Amino acid sequence: MISCVIKTMEIRMRKKHTMVLVCQGTGCMSGGSERIFSLLRNETGDSFPESDVRVKRTGCHGFCQQGPLIVIEPQGLLYTKVKTDDVAEIVKSLSPGKKPGDRLFYRDPTTDNPIPFYADIPFYSQQDRAILKYCGTIDPEEIDDYSAVGGYKALRKAIQELTPEGIISEVKNSGLRGLGGAGFPTGRKWEACRNALAEKKYVVCNADEGDPGAFQDRSVMEGSPHSVIEGMIIAGYAVGAEHGFVYVRAEYPLAVTRLKIAIDQARHHGFLGRHILDSDFSFDIEIFQGAGAFVCGESTALVRSIEGKRGKPKPLPRPRTSEIGLWNRPTLLNNVKSYAHIPLIIDHGAAWFAQRGTEKSKGTAIFSLTGKVVNCGLIEVPMGVTLRKIIYDIGGGIPDRKAFKAIQTGGPSGGCLPADMIDMPVDFDSLSQAGSIMGSGGMVVMDEDTCMVDVARYFLDFTQRESCGQCIPCRLGTVQMFKILDDITKGTGRPGDIDLLLELSESIMKGSICGLGKTAPNPVLTTLRYFRDEYEAHIHEKQCPAGVCGMNK
Amino acid sequence: MEEEILLDDILVSYRGNRGELVPILQEVQESLGYLPEKTMIDIARFINVPESHVYSVASFYAQFRLLPLGKKRVSVCRGTACHIRGAAQILGTIEKAIGLKEEETSDDLEYTLETVACIGCCALAPCIRINRDVYGEMTPDKADDILRDQDNGDQDA
Repeated sequence: MISCVIKTMEIRMRKKHTMVLVCQGTGCMSGGSERIFSLLRNETGDSFPESDVRVKRTGCHGFCQQGPLIVIEPQGLLYTKVKTDDVAEIVKSLSPGKKPGDRLFYRDPTTDNPIPFYADIPFYSQQDRAILKYCGTIDPEEIDDYSAVGGYKALRKAIQELTPEGIISEVKNSGLRGLGGAGFPTGRKWEACRNALAEKKYVVCNADEGDPGAFQDRSVMEGSPHSVIEGMIIAGYAVGAEHGFVYVRAEYPLAVTRLKIAIDQARHHGFLGRHILDSDFSFDIEIFQGAGAFVCGESTALVRSIEGKRGKPKPLPRPRTSEIGLWNRPTLLNNVKSYAHIPLIIDHGAAWFAQRGTEKSKGTAIFSLTGKVVNCGLIEVPMGVTLRKIIYDIGGGIPDRKAFKAIQTGGPSGGCLPADMIDMPVDFDSLSQAGSIMGSGGMVVMDEDTCMVDVARYFLDFTQRESCGQCIPCRLGTVQMFKILDDITKGTGRPGDIDLLLELSESIMKGSICGLGKTAPNPVLTTLRYFRDEYEAHIHEKQCPAGVCGMNK
Repeated sequence: MEEEILLDDILVSYRGNRGELVPILQEVQESLGYLPEKTMIDIARFINVPESHVYSVASFYAQFRLLPLGKKRVSVCRGTACHIRGAAQILGTIEKAIGLKEEETSDDLEYTLETVACIGCCALAPCIRINRDVYGEMTPDKADDILRDQDNGDQDA
């Protein structure tokens, strides 16, 4: 076995041009990967000619918890938890005939054996990466890197070979559904915007990833910003828009920087601006930095925010943004990951995309896998894989031999699913049947030490802060729900509290005009549905079964 | 006075459209650290909207601050992953260490302590941010050490 590994290593190492890829995602940067990158650049520059060894920066490679990460290609070696002190050893190992030491390799948590190649690590090998394929292997600040892996090929095809209608039918046939949360069929949205009659239209990318516990949009923007830009340009061509906005959280400075660089480079290469690729089509993109309001994930609120107003959703009945949106013009609004999918769908075709996934949820989904799970990070899997595969095969199970208790999906609008649903497939429809939602892709694993009442209290604390305040049931109801939950976790809950929570939930869902209010009770409803006994223990026995709540009164 | 000059410099690159309000506020805050009342009044004139409109926008979004910030802005993440991995204890430790409560700034403008919805570094939960630097996999002890280093860094400088 070992000799076999060494042999593969030797074969893989015979190739020329060693690439040292240093992850510069936010996680790895917090571990000092910027400094590691510059040290490696200097030291390899001193030791090797540039034709032999090149040090590059990449976006998020995914396995954030093991960061800072360094990948050596073409061999596919992965170094984990790299520190500046390790740089000298890594540089040495790059010399011909030298073998890397196994100190920095990932270790199998059960056998403690080192695993040199990332392709052999279950966290990676159990995934199916489409959007993330080049996130973590190309330099996000170099358009040539993106072009070298087929970037902007889809744009050429779209403009030179396809009609706008042809593109829309391709997107429709692919079955792509909105990856921002609601799962609305993307092609139908495009068609509605295409058919809306107006002189001016807009294309907007929703990159206001406001869900706590989710960082997949950020990672795509930081790791492969050109794929988002290319998707938006194709969308502009398809719906007949000349202007686009990326609405990105100001809290994501690195994503903003990389998008700006990507837009400048795309302009310079003639992919943005007047007469793109010598056609009659002109399109340009601006970045708008969202100033921090969760409710701006709602389309009409986001649009108002770009218009310079408070981000309050428009009252009902409201027209669809694809017909009357930004400055009352038809506006195509999609999530980061939806746009990033477009070049792949145009390039490889709808059938290629639709191979993966389930009957009603096609393609792949990207999740931020976090919480009480051994392998935390950014993952991509086909729609319809089970929670078990995500938590155990990719995530490596629960740390410290604790019992798996629940998984939270969809952030504050989603819910907590219990351990006995572990074989449920993860797709839009199964999740919503279970009372949760796909959401934008946060997945937080919880173990026996997590108190479900405390989790519900946590989410209601979030929504009561983030309610925009215009619907009274949402503004006041979430505060009341939070107070009841707060009392329960403090040991001062009263016998009628559960019924009161259910009643408030119903009123808030019925009486709110936007998704924030309509889904705000979900964390409470799902924890009541699956973990009612924990509420009862808090209320009647003044005990927190998980030992989290102080119960001090 | 300094604020007026700065505002003039910033406004040069804007046309005075209502839709420019948020970017203008962001740029002012980037330079001054907060939005002084007088500056908001001047911005209202520049884009020709009532002062109340500028205030309503500035007070709506979490990013905007109406009071000066401390030199060191300590942000404790209260994202979901951080919450279930002990963000509350980290916040408690930091509150004790720098003697401030959530959303307070010290009188000498040395520290501001705040909580933020999510830093987006969830795989390394719980995490905190001091100015632009993110610190992951926090424990109360590590948080104490980091804050001590911040203080010592001052003395060295």
